[in-house]
Amino acid sequence: MRVAENLNRALHGLLRDDPSVYVLGEDILDPYGGAFKITKGLSERFPDRVLATPLSEGAIAGAAAGLALAGDKAVVEIMFGDFAALAFDQIVNFAAKSVTMYGRRVPMPLIVRCPSGGHRGYGPTHSQTLQKHFLGVPGLSLFEVTPFHDNRAVLDRMLALGEPCLLFEDKVLYTRPMYGEGDVDELFAWRLVDDVAVVELAGGGDPDYTLIVPGGLVHRAVPAMRALLLEHDLAGALLVPSRLHPFDPAGTPGLVPLLARTGLVCVAEDGTAGGTWGEHVAAGLHARLWGTLRRPVALVSSAASVIPTAVHLEREVLVQDTTIRSAVLEGLHG
Amino acid sequence: MDGLADEDLALLLLIRCFERKLLALFEQGELNGTTHTCLGQEYVPVSLRPLLRDSDWIFSNHRGHGHYLARFDDPEGLLAEIMGREGAVCDGVGGSQHLRRERYLSTGVQGQSLPVAAGVALHLSRHEPGALACAYIGDGTWGEGAVYEALNMAALWRLPLLVVVEHNGIAQSTPTPAQMAGTVAGRAAAFGVRHHALDTLDVTAVRREVAPLIEEARGEPAPLVLEFATHRLGPHSKGDDVRPPGVPLIDWYAAYQAAHPAQSARIEAAARDRVERVAAEVAARPPASWSAA
Repeated sequence: MRVAENLNRALHGLLRDDPSVYVLGEDILDPYGGAFKITKGLSERFPDRVLATPLSEGAIAGAAAGLALAGDKAVVEIMFGDFAALAFDQIVNFAAKSVTMYGRRVPMPLIVRCPSGGHRGYGPTHSQTLQKHFLGVPGLSLFEVTPFHDNRAVLDRMLALGEPCLLFEDKVLYTRPMYGEGDVDELFAWRLVDDVAVVELAGGGDPDYTLIVPGGLVHRAVPAMRALLLEHDLAGALLVPSRLHPFDPAGTPGLVPLLARTGLVCVAEDGTAGGTWGEHVAAGLHARLWGTLRRPVALVSSAASVIPTAVHLEREVLVQDTTIRSAVLEGLHG
Repeated sequence: MDGLADEDLALLLLIRCFERKLLALFEQGELNGTTHTCLGQEYVPVSLRPLLRDSDWIFSNHRGHGHYLARFDDPEGLLAEIMGREGAVCDGVGGSQHLRRERYLSTGVQGQSLPVAAGVALHLSRHEPGALACAYIGDGTWGEGAVYEALNMAALWRLPLLVVVEHNGIAQSTPTPAQMAGTVAGRAAAFGVRHHALDTLDVTAVRREVAPLIEEARGEPAPLVLEFATHRLGPHSKGDDVRPPGVPLIDWYAAYQAAHPAQSARIEAAARDRVERVAAEVAARPPASWSAA
C-alpha cells in the first residue's frame, strides 16, 4: 500500500470511529479530493464533517482551534505546507499557547497536515519544509509521515496528546509504498524502538555510522546506505522518528546502545541550515552522549537557497542520496 | 437618559471603579506589566448581559475587564489574575489580556479570536442550536485580515457569530480616519453580513434595539455585526494618552449622573467600597501558584 493510501485510509477510519472529528481544508471535497488526493472519498462518506473552506489558512486553523476548544477534534489540510506561514499566528499564538496560558490545561486536539518538500518542480513557494519555524514552541508537537509508521496510529496519538500537532507529509513519499513487517529490502530490516523506526543491516553487527532522518528522507537515506555498503563496505543504521519534536534519542534507552556503538551520527533533513531540527537533535546528542560519541554529529541540510523550479537547478539545492553518502564519507574519513 | 435598575447601575459602576482602581494601583507601583481599561465603554457589555445566555461563548480582547465582570461579577478573581495573587482566574499566567473561564475566553492578538469564534459557532450550530459565539473587537481590529477570513466563513456557513464592535474612534494612539478606509458597515455589507449601528449610551435603549436582532441571529443562524459608537475615556494602556487635553470626551456616566444624581451617588459609593475592599483583600493574598506548571 502506498503512503498516500495509508494516510487516506487513516482519515477514513478516524472519521468513522470518532464522530467528533472534523476535516477542514481547501479543495478537499470529492470528486477533487484534495490537491494530493489524501482526502479522497471523505466528503462523500462524511459530508457533515468534511468541510471545504475558502482560501483562508489563518481562519481554517483558527476555526479548527475553535472546534477543538468546543470539544470536537479537527484535522486541517494546508494544501502546500509552505502556506502554514499564513496560519502561523493561529497555530503558535493561539492554539499552542491556549494549552497552557490559561493556567489550567486546555485540551486542544488539532492536527495541521502540511504536504511538504520538493523534488516535484513546484518552485520556491510550493516546495519547502518548514519544520524549523515551528520548532520549540511550548504546546506544539511536530510529526512527520514515514513509510514505517501506520498513519492511523499516528493520528490517534496526535489527537490523544490534546495539543496542536503539525504533521509534515513529504509529497514524494505519498507515491512510495509503506514498508511491511520487518524488511526494507534484501539488505536491510527494520524494527520499532519506541516510536523510532530503526533500519539496520539484516544480521549485521555494530554500525559504522547511524543516520537520523525524518520520514520524507527515507527514500534518499536507504539508497545512500546501499551505496555505502556495496561500494565502501560501510554498514549503517537509520533512525526515523514519527514525532520530530519533542524528540530525544539520547534519552531513549533503546537507542542509546546503538548510538554509543556507532562510528558517526549524521542527521539529514530538508530545509536550509540555521536553527533546524537536525541542529537541535545534534545539540542534544553532543550534550548527552559527549563521552561516547566518536566524532561530532554530521549535519545535512539543503543548500542555503530558495528552491528553484527547473529540475536540474532544484536537484542541486535539495538533499539527494548522494549528499547523504558524501556527508557520511566525509564525516568518517574527511 | 432612562433610569436603570440598581443592579445594572451597580455593575456599570463596579466596572468603572475597578478600572479606576487599576490605574491607581499602577501609579502606586502595585501592578506588574500592563493593562487596558474600558472606562467609558462599560455600558456595552452591561447592555448585552441579559441578551446573552450561559450557553453562549464570549471572546474578549485586550480591553476586556468589563466583558469579564459583566459575565461573572467576579472582581476578586480578575484582580487576583492581574495582581498575580492566589485565587487568580488563570493562576496569574494569562493576566489582564488572556482570561479563560467556562465559555469565556480572551486573547491578546488583534483579530485572532474571530476565526476561533467561528469554529466555536460551527460547533454550536451543530450541537446546541440557539447558542451563539460573541466576539468583542474594536475599530482597530478591522485592520486584521483574520476578521475578513472569519466573516467570510461565518456568512458562507451561516454561523451564529455575533461580532460586537466597540468603535471608540481611536486605535491605541491612531484616530480611526487615519487607519480605516471606508466603514465597518460597508465592510460587513461586502460579505452580506447584517450590520447594525448604535449611537446611544442608554442601556435600556441598546437592549430594546438589539434584542430582536440577536434573537434572529440565533434563529437563522447567521452572523451579525453590532457596531457601538463608543468612547474611550482613559488612555490606551496607562499614561499613554496623546490626545490633546481639554477636548471634551463623551461619558455615559456623566450624563446618567446628571439625570439621576441620588441613585448614582448611592450606587457609586457602594461600588467604590466594594472595589476598595476587594483590592485590600486581594493584595494581602500570597502569590498565585501555577498549578498546571
